[in-house]
Amino acid sequence: MQWISLLRPGDWLVAVLGTVLCAASFPLAWQGGSADKAVVRRGGEVFAELDLSRNRRIEVPGPLGTTTITVDRRRVRVVSDPGPHQYCVRQGWLERAGEIAICAPNEVSVQIVGGKETYDSLSY
Amino acid sequence: MTRSVTRLITTPEDHRIARLAAAAIGLALIDAAIPLPLPGVKPGLSNIVTLIVLARYGWSTAAWVCVLRVIAGGVLLGQLLSPGFFMSLTGALFSLLVLAGAGRLPRRWFGPVSWSILAAFAHIGGQLLLARLWLIPHNGLFYLMPIFAVAALAFGIINGLIAARLLASPSFMNTGAHHA
Repeated sequence: MQWISLLRPGDWLVAVLGTVLCAASFPLAWQGGSADKAVVRRGGEVFAELDLSRNRRIEVPGPLGTTTITVDRRRVRVVSDPGPHQYCVRQGWLERAGEIAICAPNEVSVQIVGGKETYDSLSY
Repeated sequence: MTRSVTRLITTPEDHRIARLAAAAIGLALIDAAIPLPLPGVKPGLSNIVTLIVLARYGWSTAAWVCVLRVIAGGVLLGQLLSPGFFMSLTGALFSLLVLAGAGRLPRRWFGPVSWSILAAFAHIGGQLLLARLWLIPHNGLFYLMPIFAVAALAFGIINGLIAARLLASPSFMNTGAHHA
């Protein structure tokens, strides 16, 4: 083969290293993004872990009633809550790691984890 | 026509750079005409010229040819000073930086294919950096990194092989490159 003969020994080395770099870039780029998830806690204990890449809706039973949490397009929010002030519902969509919505009366919270957490917590 | 008062004194080196840059600009135009599914993925055919120049005339001539090609290519494609132009320029400068080191590798072991692969990775690395800092300040950009990396490797090898092939063929180097 005429083309193969154009490659010098070091060229093979560089090509192999390049292939390794390419192969390594797949998990690096594609795993980090999909690891993001939302942790739902009830009474301080983990109730469910929601994968943000999959849209879904869950119902969390608490002392006052049912809190409904929904995941939609990599965001999560509390849709309804039996608490009197509705703070966690009015907080709206959570999209960044570290953001949390707490429904204190019903002892339910949902927090986004994964990626780089910029804040320990945010209050509004 | 009035006679020109100012006269540029040009050296044979200038003529050579101009000729080679013209060849590179031609290839850059062909490059721009090739349709590809993803913006940012391009064969970078004009880098074949850069590699040949680096092998035959050294780094500084290669740098001249490369930067002239980016600027003149920007003028001809109507994207001078546009984001695309700065992406090209950044890629070219990063490549040249890496080629300055790669050209010093022992020739017995490392040829144009090595240079081409290393420069292609530097090219896309620089462009991703600029895009992340300026054009798309979001980490979602790195989602596309594997695609760019594979493209860099593939086109790096292909361009390097073409350059090595042309360098190895005496008929082309004696005629083609000098009249291109």
